[in-house]
Amino acid sequence: MNQFKNFTKGFIKENPILVLVLGTCPTLATTSSSLNGMGMGIATTFVLIGSNVVISLLSNVIPDKVRIPAFVVIIASFVTVVDLIMQAYVPGLYEKLGIFIPLIVVNCIVLGRAEAYACKNTVFSSLIDGAGMGLGFTMALGILGAFREIVGSGSLFGHKFIHGDGVLVFILAPGAFLALGYLIALINRIKRT
Amino acid sequence: MAKTESTFKNMVLSLTLISLGASACLGFVYQMTKAPIELSILNKKLEAIKQVVPEFNNNPNQEMYRLPTTEGDSLDIYPAKKDSILVGYAVNTYTKKGFSGNISLMAGFKPDGTIVNITVLEQKETPGLGTKMTEPLFKNQFNDKNPSSFTLKVKKDGGQIDAITAATISSRAFCDAIQRAYVTLQKGGPK
Repeated sequence: MNQFKNFTKGFIKENPILVLVLGTCPTLATTSSSLNGMGMGIATTFVLIGSNVVISLLSNVIPDKVRIPAFVVIIASFVTVVDLIMQAYVPGLYEKLGIFIPLIVVNCIVLGRAEAYACKNTVFSSLIDGAGMGLGFTMALGILGAFREIVGSGSLFGHKFIHGDGVLVFILAPGAFLALGYLIALINRIKRT
Repeated sequence: MAKTESTFKNMVLSLTLISLGASACLGFVYQMTKAPIELSILNKKLEAIKQVVPEFNNNPNQEMYRLPTTEGDSLDIYPAKKDSILVGYAVNTYTKKGFSGNISLMAGFKPDGTIVNITVLEQKETPGLGTKMTEPLFKNQFNDKNPSSFTLKVKKDGGQIDAITAATISSRAFCDAIQRAYVTLQKGGPK
């Protein structure tokens, strides 16, 4: 497959959040502001690229019957690496994302790409696939976070431009569902035309 | 290379090798990030202490001591000194009465017990409601007040603190934490 198409499919055509609707738990929980959403997206992207590359490298060595445990060990190692690095160098963001960093292990996007793509394709295609999917995820989380931050607290990237309170429900969990629903509807409209 | 067969020997061998490789990587990253993680935790603590007590030039972290609370627990006290004269205490206090989980605060007191400033170290309150405890509008109510003549309770409970709208439980918890710090400090006395 054309590598450019392979890279861009994660953005609109097969966007993990907006089209495949995978990994919605961290999506809903971490997008209360755009920076949090993007931080989560970038952490996931790193894990996706790392696990995709290693899994496609080892796909011939790992016997079929134990492939899932092997994938989980590899993914969990990458997540722990991200966890430690974030704790050391970006403690502020690490605290905000809290439990959702370790929970990348069970993010279905990561295991889904390993199972559906990386174990059947070459190392380079898997790397491109991981990067595209991860950045698509980051983009979706960034947009969702920006929308919730603007409507919910009248600020963007932490800069306040509307004084007073916003529409509080968009900061809370129900607003996350609403915003995600509208975003998916919008993407469906764009895809049709 | 041909695909490895799913025999018992192969499965055990490959899983063992992958786990070994993974743990080696993790050990390496852990060693590499150990020092920066400790440093960032320490910096965060020092930053919080700086915000809540008057200017000082000792190292409060080295002179830290513990005082027992009335509930059998203990609080960390960081004495702040300027040219070895005591200018205040930073108390790492907590409450279990938060709306969702424990709240941890750093409260600064002058030697006579007057509150200087408070900063929130850790909280998991409702975003947009209870989280307003970190904003000056709420927490600055405590500044320059001496709890001996100022009741650390929300107005609903007969105190003098304006609670956060729609977050009375969080406001009560905040007062509870400060009260604990004050009582512990007064009981323990200067050192």
